[in-house]
Amino acid sequence: MMETIFEMFSYPFMVRAFAVGALVALCSALLGVSLVLKRYSMIGDGLSHVGFGALAIAASLNMAPLAVAIPVVILAAVLLLRIRGNSRIKGDAAIALISTSSLAVGVMVISMTTGMNTDVYNYMFGSILAMSEGDVVLSVAMAVIVLVLFVFFYHKIFAITFDETFAQATGVKADLYNTLIAVLTAVTIVLGMRMMGALLISSLIIFPALTSMRVCKTFKSVMINSAVISVVCLVTGITVSYVWATPAGASVVMANIAALLVYSLIGLIRNKGK
Amino acid sequence: MPLIKCENVSIGYEGQTVVKDLNFAIEKGDYLCIVGENGSGKSTLVKSLLGLKSVEKGRITFGDGLRQNEIGYLPQQNDTQKDFPASVYEVVLSGRLNSRGFHPFYTSGDKREAVEKMELLGIRDLERQCFRDLSGGQKQRVLLARALCATKSLLLLDEPVTGLDPIVTGEFYQLIRRINRDSGIAVVMVSHDIESAVEDATHILHLQETALFFGTTEDYRRSRIGRKFLGGVHDGNDF
Repeated sequence: MMETIFEMFSYPFMVRAFAVGALVALCSALLGVSLVLKRYSMIGDGLSHVGFGALAIAASLNMAPLAVAIPVVILAAVLLLRIRGNSRIKGDAAIALISTSSLAVGVMVISMTTGMNTDVYNYMFGSILAMSEGDVVLSVAMAVIVLVLFVFFYHKIFAITFDETFAQATGVKADLYNTLIAVLTAVTIVLGMRMMGALLISSLIIFPALTSMRVCKTFKSVMINSAVISVVCLVTGITVSYVWATPAGASVVMANIAALLVYSLIGLIRNKGK
Repeated sequence: MPLIKCENVSIGYEGQTVVKDLNFAIEKGDYLCIVGENGSGKSTLVKSLLGLKSVEKGRITFGDGLRQNEIGYLPQQNDTQKDFPASVYEVVLSGRLNSRGFHPFYTSGDKREAVEKMELLGIRDLERQCFRDLSGGQKQRVLLARALCATKSLLLLDEPVTGLDPIVTGEFYQLIRRINRDSGIAVVMVSHDIESAVEDATHILHLQETALFFGTTEDYRRSRIGRKFLGGVHDGNDF
């Protein structure tokens, strides 16, 4: 057991995978609570598909993947928020529209340049080998920003999530915080998607929040539980992936499903006990 | 000086005017009921009073120490809150945000205020309960406590009794009456329930794109529009 662990951490790519993964898991869990409660869950899914398209284009043009993907996904995030606010196309349809379009564009670009190869497979389902030194630096920076935001603006984020109209009426700049959350979500998704895969990254946003809501009764405990669950599930998933050579993204999602089942059971027993 | 004064106010969406030429004022301790049919511009007016929607013409001024972000607002119920994991205490305390400004944390004064308001509304024993597990009437009390945390002088209630059963509705009106009388907080209530409105309110604003009537409740009862509208209720033609 211990040997496996030592062996695992002797590979630099594993250390990077754990570092980036844990930080991305932490950020997405915190952002996820707010997104899920505000009925924005699908935005994460839509953004990851946009990210896929952007990565494909970057690869075909031989450009740095993150330098292209991050601004494009941020733009898409802000756009999706706006669309939700006021538009003829309703939010859920708009997300489906944008995500399938970007997926199609991505697949077209890849098939015309490199052909459908392992790269595509890795984008779709993630690869544990994908993290570079630069990713580690970027994810540390992002985690610091997200944590500072959540510590200092926790009460405002609570107010906006619980009741946006009331928050605005009492002078909270809701649009500003919504945009900030969208931008941070975009960066989180781009960072995490090469490891988790474009099809699976949104699970990091949705699962921890839903899991902790089965049991927790205060906003604060939901936040803390989500963060812990998310990081624990990620570490478990990556370890499983290393030991049994399973795909990283799918293993992490499996761990999250297990956590959701356990918490649902606890919630059920608690409610029965009343 | 009135708390809120509306002068020749017109509000609209994308060039289409919803409410026009409104003139009215709310003084300290008033109890104003805004009545009118669906689509008569009540919610639009509420948004403008809160500063969420700018006016097309005219102006809304605040006085007597009231600032726009210090209105104690009780919104119409919304969907998100049905399964929201938050304790009653967290919700009530969030009413103190407008006194925080850029300061990120609540002070002990804020916390004391939240506890006081919960005691005033008889929900102190629910403090640790989850908001989503409460009954409709309890939820409204919690949101009222939050509104009271946000204001010293004016409550703005938007259809507060929608979905409540008659007994709970009665209790809620009684509570509002008590707050209005005992602490001198002015109340502005948007309501469908015209009968209760004329019973409790000191003033009535009857909206139908413009103000069909604004004045004291007694004058409203005697006015042609008031008699028509109140009569309509008794005939059961309201629905």
